[in-house]
Amino acid sequence: MSLHVDALPPSRRRAKSSSGRSFLTWLDLKAAPYLLVSPYYILFLVFGLFPLAFTLYYSFFDYDLTGTVEWTGLGNYAAMLGDSAFWRAVVNTLAMFLIATVPQMLLALLLANALNKRMKFQLFVRLGVLLPLVTSVVAVAVVFTQLYGRDWGVVNWVLGWFGADPIDWKAERLPSWLAIATMVDWRWTGYNAIIFLAGMQTIPKDLYEAASIDGASRRRQFWQITVPMLRPTMIFVVLNSTIGGLTLFAEPTTFYNGNVHGGTTSQFQTVSMFIFEQGFREFDYGYASAAAWLLFLLILIGSAINFLLIRRIGGNR
Amino acid sequence: MISNSRRGRLLAVAAVAALALGATACQTDDKGTDTASGGGSSAAAGPVTVTLQTFGGGKNFGYKEAVDKWNAEHKDIQIKYDNLTDQFEQVYWPQMIQWLQSGAGAGDVVGIDEGGMGLAKAHPEWWADLGEFGLQNRKNDFAAWKWENGVTADGKLFGLGTDVGGMSLCYRRDLFEKAGLPGDRDEVSKLWPTWDDFVAVGKKFQDKVKDTKFVDGTNTLYNVVLVQEAAKNGNVSYFDKDNNLIVDKNPAVKTAYDFAQKISQEGLTAKLRNFTPEWNTGMKKSQFATLGCPSWMLGAVSGDGGAGPDFKGKWDVAAVPGDGGNWGGSWLAVPKQSKHPKEAAQVLDYLTGKDAEVSVFNFAGNMPSNVQAQQDPAVQGAKNEYFNDAPVGEIFAKSAAALQPVFLGVKHAQVKNAIESVVSAIDDGSVPYANGWKKLVDDAVKAAG
Repeated sequence: MSLHVDALPPSRRRAKSSSGRSFLTWLDLKAAPYLLVSPYYILFLVFGLFPLAFTLYYSFFDYDLTGTVEWTGLGNYAAMLGDSAFWRAVVNTLAMFLIATVPQMLLALLLANALNKRMKFQLFVRLGVLLPLVTSVVAVAVVFTQLYGRDWGVVNWVLGWFGADPIDWKAERLPSWLAIATMVDWRWTGYNAIIFLAGMQTIPKDLYEAASIDGASRRRQFWQITVPMLRPTMIFVVLNSTIGGLTLFAEPTTFYNGNVHGGTTSQFQTVSMFIFEQGFREFDYGYASAAAWLLFLLILIGSAINFLLIRRIGGNR
Repeated sequence: MISNSRRGRLLAVAAVAALALGATACQTDDKGTDTASGGGSSAAAGPVTVTLQTFGGGKNFGYKEAVDKWNAEHKDIQIKYDNLTDQFEQVYWPQMIQWLQSGAGAGDVVGIDEGGMGLAKAHPEWWADLGEFGLQNRKNDFAAWKWENGVTADGKLFGLGTDVGGMSLCYRRDLFEKAGLPGDRDEVSKLWPTWDDFVAVGKKFQDKVKDTKFVDGTNTLYNVVLVQEAAKNGNVSYFDKDNNLIVDKNPAVKTAYDFAQKISQEGLTAKLRNFTPEWNTGMKKSQFATLGCPSWMLGAVSGDGGAGPDFKGKWDVAAVPGDGGNWGGSWLAVPKQSKHPKEAAQVLDYLTGKDAEVSVFNFAGNMPSNVQAQQDPAVQGAKNEYFNDAPVGEIFAKSAAALQPVFLGVKHAQVKNAIESVVSAIDDGSVPYANGWKKLVDDAVKAAG
C-alpha cells in the first residue's frame, strides 16, 4: 500500500511549490496511508467496537424488547452467576470445546505431516482436505443429524452390530457433545492441517538432514524437530480454535432443528445459543448482553490458558 | 523483539475475540433478509407483490390453491406465499416480533397462532388498522370470540380469523386391524370415551404390535388434554385473565401433565416430539398409530413433509376421548411496516373470505373460522379422501360450534415453549418422572419472569 508513496522520485516532490500542489503532497504522503487502511477500522468500529460498547451499556439494563427498559446496574451479572441455565451452557461449551479440539489438533498435525511428504497429485490431495470447510455448515449439520438419528441413524445401526443399544444422541448429554464435536472436527481438521502444513514448510530441511545423519528416526524427527519448530503456528491455530470453539453456534443449533434451546433440557446448548435464546427468544436483551460479556471474559481466559500451555510445547526439549 | 511480537499476537487475539463477540451479540437469523416485500416502489408499472408469511408443518395454512387462483386472476397484485417454518413458538413468532419491533422484515400479510394473539393485541403499534380498508363489515362472518381476538386493546381491528382447531383423534386403521382392534371409525370412537380407556386400548395395542408405538410422544396429547381440561377450569390454561401465571394452581395443567407422564411410563410413546424432522420421519416409517388431531393437523399428516401420499387411506379420523376441545387456530394481520397496506388488506380479506377458507378446508383440512364457510355444503358434507373418506366436515363443524375459546396470556408463547420442553424431556428420559412436575413449574415461572 505504501508503494505509491515510494514511487514518487524526490526531485519531483521538491518541484511542487504551489499551495494546491502542497495539499496534494500532504494528501499523498500523510493522509493516503490512513485513508487506505481506514476501511478496516471503519468496519471494525461499526461492526466490532460499537456493538461491543452498546452491549456493555445495555448489560446494565433490564431491557425487554416488547416492554420496558430499566436500569439494574450489575443486577444482570449477579442473576447470571446464580443462573443454573447459564452455567449449564458454560459446561456444555467447555466440554464440547475439549472433546472437539484435542483430537482435532492431533489429527491435523498428523495429517499435515502426511501431506508434507512427496506424493502424486500433491496439490489435489492438499486441496482435498479443505473440502469439508467449503461445504455449507447447514448441509454438514443436516447430514450429521441424519447419521446420529436415534431410530434410523447410521451410527446407531453400526453400533447395533456390536450389540449396543441405540443411543438417543439428542437426549443424553455426553453423546450429544460427541456428535457435535465430530461435526466440528469434520469441518475444521483439514483447515488446521493446511495451516500446520504451511508452518512445516518453513522448517529448514538441513535440520532433518542433520538429524538423519545422527541417526534420528522419522518419529523422533517429528516430535523433536517438527513439533517444536511449529510452535508459532500452533499458537495461532490453538487460539483460533479456542475462539471458534467457545463461540460455537451453528452446529449445535442445526443439530436441534434450528432451535437454540439445545435439547429438551439444554443438553448441548452453548453459551452463544444461550445468549441468542435470552436475547431473541425471551427478548431479555440486557440479560443476553451481560451473558455476551461473560462469554468474552471466558474467551480471554481460555485464550490466555491455551497460549501459556502451547508456549511450553517443546520448550524443555 | 520477541516480547514485542508476542504482545502483537495477544492484541490480535483480543481484537479477533472482540469481533467474534460483536458477531455473537448482534446475531440475527439470516432468514429475515429476503422476505421483505419486493418490487412495489415503482408503483405505476409492475404488479404489487404482497408477501404472505405463515408457519406450520405439511400443508400449513393450506393456501396453495387459493393463492394460485388469486395470482391467476389478479395481474396487478401478486401474492408471494412464504411458509417460514413449522415451529411457531420457537422460531416463527420470536422472529416475527423482532421484525415487528424493528420495523423491517415482516411480510405484508402475516399469520399469527392463537398463542401469539395475547401479545399481538397488546401492541397496536405493530399493526395496520384494517378498519381503514373497510374490513369492519366482516364482523358477521365470525364467531364473537374469534372476531374480538383480532381487535387490539384500544379497539383497532388488526386481524381476521383463518381457521379453528376443533379436535379429533387420527389413527392408523391398518395398524389397528393388525392389532386385532376394530378399524371402523365409529367403533374406534366407542373404544375410548375417556382417556383411561384410551390408555387401556393402547396397552392392548402394544401387546400385539411391537414395531409401532401407540402415540407419537407426550407433547401432542398433553396439549389435547390441556385444552379439554382448561374448558372445565374457567377457560384458562397458563395465565388467568389478569395475566398472572397460574401453572401451579390450575388443575388443568397438572391433569394434562399427569396424563403425559402416564402414557410415557406405560411405554406407549415413540418418544417423538411433534413438528421435528424425526417426527415427520416417524410418520413415514409408521412409528406411531394415533395422533391428537385438531383440524389443521390433517394437513400436517397428509402433506409431503408428513406421512405423505404413501399412507393415503391408511389414516382415519375418530372422536377424541374426553370432550371436544380446541387446539390452535390462527389469524392473519397486516403489519404497519407494510408498504402496500391497501393491497395487503385486500389479500387478507380474500384469504379469510368464504371461498378461500372453503378451498383451504378442501386442500388441507383446516376448519374455517368463517361462519359462512363453515355452513357451506362443500364443508358440511366434506369427506377427506386421504383419511379414508372420513366425514371431516361433520366432525369438525360440530366441534367448532361447541368451541370454548381458552384465554391465552401475553407471555403464553414463551411459557408454552418452556413447558413443552419439560413435557418432552420426561419422555426422552433427560428429566426423571419424579422431578418432572417441579421442573415444569420452575421453568414456567422463569419463562414468564
